[in-house]
Amino acid sequence: MAQTRRKLLIDPMVDNNPITLQVLGICSALAVTSSLKVSFVMAIAVVVVTGFSSMFISMLRNQIPGSIRIIVQMVIIASMVIMVDQVLKAYAFEISKTLSVFVGLIITNCIVMGRAEAFAMKNPPVASFIDGVGNGLGYGLILMLVAFVRELFGSGSLFGVTVLETVNNGGWYVPNGMLLLPPSAFFIIGLIIWFFRSWKPDQVEEREYKIQTIGAH
Amino acid sequence: MPQQPEQRRGLIRRFLEMSPDSVPKTIFVAVAVCLCASMVVSATAVALRPLQATNALRDKQVNILQVAGIYQPGIDVSEAFQAFEAHVLELATGEFADDRFDAATFDDLAAADDPELSVALTDDPASIGRQSRYMTVYLLRDENGALDKVILPLHGYGLWSTLYGFIALEENGNDIYGLQFYEHAETPGLGGEVDNPRWRALWQGKNLFDADGELQITVAKTPPPAGEEFFIDGLAGATLTARGVDNLVRFWMGETGYQPFLANLKEGNI
Repeated sequence: MAQTRRKLLIDPMVDNNPITLQVLGICSALAVTSSLKVSFVMAIAVVVVTGFSSMFISMLRNQIPGSIRIIVQMVIIASMVIMVDQVLKAYAFEISKTLSVFVGLIITNCIVMGRAEAFAMKNPPVASFIDGVGNGLGYGLILMLVAFVRELFGSGSLFGVTVLETVNNGGWYVPNGMLLLPPSAFFIIGLIIWFFRSWKPDQVEEREYKIQTIGAH
Repeated sequence: MPQQPEQRRGLIRRFLEMSPDSVPKTIFVAVAVCLCASMVVSATAVALRPLQATNALRDKQVNILQVAGIYQPGIDVSEAFQAFEAHVLELATGEFADDRFDAATFDDLAAADDPELSVALTDDPASIGRQSRYMTVYLLRDENGALDKVILPLHGYGLWSTLYGFIALEENGNDIYGLQFYEHAETPGLGGEVDNPRWRALWQGKNLFDADGELQITVAKTPPPAGEEFFIDGLAGATLTARGVDNLVRFWMGETGYQPFLANLKEGNI
């Protein structure tokens, strides 16, 4: 049992990562990754939401009618997200201003919904909680990797501390402005997926079709 | 006889044992989940409101300190804020209305929704709909008690959102010291560049009015005929946000805005 729980927590990091393997939750990964600090808070928020919403949904799983299960899941997830948003506004006001709408948008983060539907509806609460936390952490890991690249080369700093002195401030580093724009996260996530799949070739999806050569007559 | 204990079971228990897909159960679960969720959410919101209100107030004070150029990281905000005198200003007359309102509790934005305290605008370049007839302004005096700066709140529509901010003017009511927005939802990296310190620095030392008292300040792509001292270079890639800032600054500095007050200021009546 301890072994499987460990697996539930560790698997979503690399082997079954929600972003790189399941390709979920890309939208928010683009939006919040221009600085490490913001990504870090976002990652914690998602871990809390996926963990607890999976747990509560799993506790109710035998009572939830099939016809309205998605709505019930949404109500639980949305309540968790609003609570997280309120807590951030009370205790981390500056960061909640930077995150603005993106905390609210965790509701629409496919990872939360995906874990609720795929795992929590069929498994007991503790396992669901661990699975939710694991997936949140897997998401957070990619978020931090992307933010590391974007903040370091886009603004020349890490966690707001200057590492590469930029030209604007009298240094030598010419920042790559494109990295501060959301599309750059696409490229970085793409490269991370490429790296993961070269490292673990079994993650490569099977081709749905094959180009056939037709012999000429 | 064996049926008897079943009839005594409670209502909730009967529901719990019902098949999840039956109609009463569906309704029961929907209602119960919504009730619980709404109670939890409202409890959180109510419990955390005082903390959030403190944060919002502190944030506003930090912005006033920043626009006046006396903010340093790590200073005691509420203590530094004591340096400011808050007054409720009647826009039409340009005189303080402190006898009618308490500046510490007066809320400009709430007043804009109050029919008794506000006017519906017909000529509305800043797209704010209703304008409060009273605004809270802040005066900063130097050590000798002479007026040093005035901080005036302003707001208006940009591209996506209403921008809320403060403008700091020198004691003559004409030289700009700074402009800063504390709340907006413009596109980060484009319109969001209104927060960029380098763009904000452009405002320092510019003039609002020319020698004839005409409002000349402009945010645009090219300098206006009036001259460079009235010109703020617009933001590349954010034409509409820059136009919004231009409109809102010109609106608030104009006749329906602070112009009567600034005229009083110039004559030294404050």
